Amino acid sequence: MFEVDLGHYLTLGAIIFTIGVVGIFLNRKNIIVILMSIELILLAVNINLVAFSMYSQDITGQIFTLFILTVAAAEAAIGLAIIVVYYRNAGTIRVEEIDKLKG
Amino acid sequence: MININLIFPEIFISLSIMFLLIFGVYKKNSSKLVYSLSIISLLIVLALCFNLRTVTEVYLFNESYQIGYLSTFMKILVILSGVFVMSVSLKYLKINNILKIEFPILILSSILGMIVMISSNDLIVFYMGLELQSLSLYVLASFNKDNILSSESGLKYFILSALSSGLLLYGCSLIYGFSGSTNFIQISENIDINQYSLTFGIVFILVGLAFKISAVPFHMWAPDVYQGSPTPVTLFFAILPKVAALTVLIKILYVPFLNLIEQWQMIVIFLSIASMIFGAVAAIGQKNLKRLIAYSSISHMGYTIAGLSTGTNEGIQSSIIYISIYVVMNLGFFCCLLMLKRDGKYYETVEDMSGLSKNHPMLSFSLLLILFSLAGIPPLAGFFAKFYVFMAVIKSEMYFLAITGLLSTVIAAFYYLRIIKIIYFDPEKEKFDTHHNIALKVSLFITTIFILFYFIFPSKLIQIVSKINVI
Repeated sequence: MFEVDLGHYLTLGAIIFTIGVVGIFLNRKNIIVILMSIELILLAVNINLVAFSMYSQDITGQIFTLFILTVAAAEAAIGLAIIVVYYRNAGTIRVEEIDKLKG
Repeated sequence: MININLIFPEIFISLSIMFLLIFGVYKKNSSKLVYSLSIISLLIVLALCFNLRTVTEVYLFNESYQIGYLSTFMKILVILSGVFVMSVSLKYLKINNILKIEFPILILSSILGMIVMISSNDLIVFYMGLELQSLSLYVLASFNKDNILSSESGLKYFILSALSSGLLLYGCSLIYGFSGSTNFIQISENIDINQYSLTFGIVFILVGLAFKISAVPFHMWAPDVYQGSPTPVTLFFAILPKVAALTVLIKILYVPFLNLIEQWQMIVIFLSIASMIFGAVAAIGQKNLKRLIAYSSISHMGYTIAGLSTGTNEGIQSSIIYISIYVVMNLGFFCCLLMLKRDGKYYETVEDMSGLSKNHPMLSFSLLLILFSLAGIPPLAGFFAKFYVFMAVIKSEMYFLAITGLLSTVIAAFYYLRIIKIIYFDPEKEKFDTHHNIALKVSLFITTIFILFYFIFPSKLIQIVSKINVI
């Protein structure tokens, strides 16, 4: 029978984390996708922490995860609010067109 | 509960945030009152922190919170500069119609985040403080919500800062996994020097913190955010988060990971050299003063972390002195920037200062002193800051770092001197307003006096800082 051990969880976490980071940099269309990528990064961290916590029989990692979930919710709320404010001013949320500040 | 009096500053500031929020919501048109009340509560917190100045080293809440010389000094620095930032920016907020009750409350809550961060001795506490600080800063950056530049800077800061928090968290998870604890002291006990997975964790955490202090190559948000945000917020960005992040950097590098110094030392040296050179070179072509000061702060951060890379107590102390003097210089510069106002409009490009000395001799003279000090010309305070850092670096026999630092000082002197040339020798323009509120004048006066006369009593600051022994 195939055993799922710590290494598998860590690999899954690393893959999701990489998808998140790459998603932020390769995305050229929409800021909402960036928000989703940030969410993915935080979820990857949660997978890591819970896996470590299970395998070392220590509750701290799971408590850390609860804190991260809360903060992620607050972050998404503020991010969406900022996007709405930006959309009112610029009329677009296409990533390529966010270029008023440069020099 | 023993020692509850040690966290009175944090308790007081949280209570005053909640009280002011409710007060501001229920009482109409109370934004000015809330503003003054928050300055007063910051002053009270300052006094409470000042009471703790003799506490040497105490751990609270299962060793997850630490009060000591380092944290108390940095807290006092943060809160004091918070008071100055708030008192100089009232007029700007009024003129630009963004004096709302949320502004002082957001500033207070980000200061609360910073002081939690500064005192943290545990990855969870550190992360919570960091996020409280960043979440308030996202909103502050986009505070002028009808202005497209401000909302764009908020958006950019949000995306990049959230990414950096994610990287930092990933590092935290790796460190938790491979050392079995989130407590800094526990980590340092459990650490196994030959375990390379911990190095990954350190690298991720360093990336996250380098983002917060805008060290190259993680600086790309700084110029845009500095330029787009309202000037008081830029001032806030330029000073307070850097002090807090630097303290955490000191703690993380020297408490849990001191034994792994061989693995992080090269990274810190690289960050330092890259920031010094890039900050000096990229600022040359800038026209907007806020953008220019962003690059200048990148290069100053390079000098600050040069002291950290030495791995000695002396290096850490020199970094702390550097950041204190940097705070004063930036405060002075922004006071001058907030005085460039004509008919209710603020000016912020280099050309606007052309011929300033003819109409405003006093303002130009303070600007001259501040810019000379930023460039590091003796006998002003900025020179001593650089001097201590280079002394510490040379004592640890890192000559390459010292030479690069000196060379980039020379490059950086060019753009500071160019501003002085524009102020003193270019054709004059229309006069700026001469009526400023008293807080702005007093702050500029204090900072200028400090910069000018620092060389008479340099030992005072050294005496205070020399008590801070992290290792």
